[in-house]
Amino acid sequence: MKNRKLLSGNKAIAEAVRLSEVNVVSAYPITPQTSIVEYLSEYIARGELNAQFVQAESEFGVMSACIGASSVGARVFTATCSQGLALMHELNYVAAGLRLPIVMAVTNRQLSQPLGMWCDHSDAMGERDSGWMQIYVETCQEAFDTVIQAFKLSESREVLLPTMVCLDGFILSHTSEPVEVLDQEQVRDFLPAYKPDADYHTLLDVKKPLAAGGGCPPAFTMEFDYKKYDAQEKGREMLRKVDEEFGETFGRRYGLVEAYRCEDADAILVAMGTMVGTAKDVADELRSQKGWRVGVLKLRSYRPFPKEEVLKAACGSKAVAVVSRAISYGIGAPVFSDIATAMSNASKKPVLLNCIAGMGGRDVDKKSLAAVFEKAIKAGETGKAENEVEWVGLNRNLVGG
Amino acid sequence: MKEVIFHGRGGQGAVAGADILADAAMREGKYSQSFPTFGPERRGAPVMAFTRIDDKPIRVRCQIYEPDYVIVLDSTIGQFQNLTAGLKPDGSVIINTPLTAEKVLEEKIVAKGKIYPIDASSIAMKIIGSPVLNTVILGAFSAATGEVKLKSLIEAVSSRFSETVAQKNNAAMEEAYNVVKGRRN
Amino acid sequence: MSKPYWTKENFPITPNIRNPAGSLAFKCGQWRSVRPVIDEKKCTKCGLCVLYCPDDAVVKNEKDVMEIRYDYCKGCGICENECPVKAIKMIVEVQQK
Repeated sequence: MKNRKLLSGNKAIAEAVRLSEVNVVSAYPITPQTSIVEYLSEYIARGELNAQFVQAESEFGVMSACIGASSVGARVFTATCSQGLALMHELNYVAAGLRLPIVMAVTNRQLSQPLGMWCDHSDAMGERDSGWMQIYVETCQEAFDTVIQAFKLSESREVLLPTMVCLDGFILSHTSEPVEVLDQEQVRDFLPAYKPDADYHTLLDVKKPLAAGGGCPPAFTMEFDYKKYDAQEKGREMLRKVDEEFGETFGRRYGLVEAYRCEDADAILVAMGTMVGTAKDVADELRSQKGWRVGVLKLRSYRPFPKEEVLKAACGSKAVAVVSRAISYGIGAPVFSDIATAMSNASKKPVLLNCIAGMGGRDVDKKSLAAVFEKAIKAGETGKAENEVEWVGLNRNLVGG
Repeated sequence: MKEVIFHGRGGQGAVAGADILADAAMREGKYSQSFPTFGPERRGAPVMAFTRIDDKPIRVRCQIYEPDYVIVLDSTIGQFQNLTAGLKPDGSVIINTPLTAEKVLEEKIVAKGKIYPIDASSIAMKIIGSPVLNTVILGAFSAATGEVKLKSLIEAVSSRFSETVAQKNNAAMEEAYNVVKGRRN
Repeated sequence: MSKPYWTKENFPITPNIRNPAGSLAFKCGQWRSVRPVIDEKKCTKCGLCVLYCPDDAVVKNEKDVMEIRYDYCKGCGICENECPVKAIKMIVEVQQK
């Protein structure tokens, strides 16, 4: 790797934003996103990033500013998580509905209550219906690369939807590792300036005045919703394309999913974020030490959901354990529901295990994942899952059962 | 892959120490990863930081449970925590203390491992003029384990601090390195 | 909406309103059941009726006189309520054929 720097996930994101030559950054600090915006404000102050930094009184103000700035044609970036993301909630639907290509880094963190600053995916799960695309990254290099891909994806004319780049709070945001930092020229070639056109985009232009965010009667709302839905469908194909192009240009491609040793697997573990890396190591160890045929399916693109890739990678195995850092109370994990939905009409489908792990920053260690693989192997042999929902690493001394 | 746990108190530079070690390894063409645990952020609170070093990309991201090396910046933490929990059978402990290795084990400051004591506090006060000893103890680490070269640590420190600060830290780091190296011969 | 406003070819991606001041085309004065009448002799030109009108239907015209724009006035009666010298009276609407 040429030009490697030791960067934390947050610094990698900030560097990528700088190289993407954004025009406006608006953000409000919240642990563990804070250093992203601190770095960006330093770059702006030192003249290394020619952008406007807009302070706001809260994350609601921040997303308002982002919507406003994007509406005048600026390339806009923000970052938040947890309570901040929740505070933006109603505006997230507005941003997606106005079809604005805002890119937001989310350093996934739990939502109160219980109050905590540690990692889980609850925050982004709450926005999964909004129209925002969501990409979950596993490494600091991927965080850097994905920010650049995200701008290209969001700004493409047939998509025009905002994107969240999700990275595990603390576990990736604050982990430092070698990252290849690309050249400004290289990035500029790959990602040219954002040029919206006043006849198509939401673009406030005094020469062609419009009022954005108009009221809409029942006669048309479903059609506008359909267009947003269709845009994410196109987003799936566009992300494949952008990632492929990135791979050809810079030598790194990630796909919508990564199927690791899934071809002959009897049991596959599905996960998002940093947990995937640990799972790959565990899979290798179990294969060589126990001879179990196990694999890992990394979901990188969560919205749009990569149905095709999931079915192709996972339907052939006997059991699939979906391990999520989030729960939808009353049913189980959201990602599990999505996987089960994708497989619902498949002619041949594996036994599915609904596993919850790593909530509130609980360390997802190799032992826990090995136990999940073990349950999956057993479920594949017996044809059924031991439990409806599996809480991985739960302290039964405190809650019984 | 080698796994290192740093034990320190908030404000002693354990987190930066883990980073500098990862940086040094990267400069030698290796893959590395460093990260802290997160708890109440105040001076004096026990802090753990982790560094992994490998010749191939590092995929695992959970905390370190079976370290090859433990670096202790403040030996008083040993009163509350088992500093060598999970230490591999042939693992080493680089500990900031004026005592000898035998005394360290005798007084049960740590329970096991190959002990490399270094009076990093004194070296830091003498050469840097402050009790922040993360660089000093990394010099001792390099001499004790050979996992990274002193040269790489010096480069990492120089890229991170201003010239005067880097120069003092590098001098102190080299002193600790020589002390431990000298003892081994 | 009685006739097709959009076709598949020009249906936009989001309901932004691209014709500015479109509300001027909708002469909602036809909804009135009572209308305000200003007694110019009593009017002190304080401008409160202009400020309070929710529809921007009262304006000070070029001749410096308070004028009701009956194309847009919906007859809500706020101007009569707010006028400090009782120069405005709401009368039953006389439909213009």
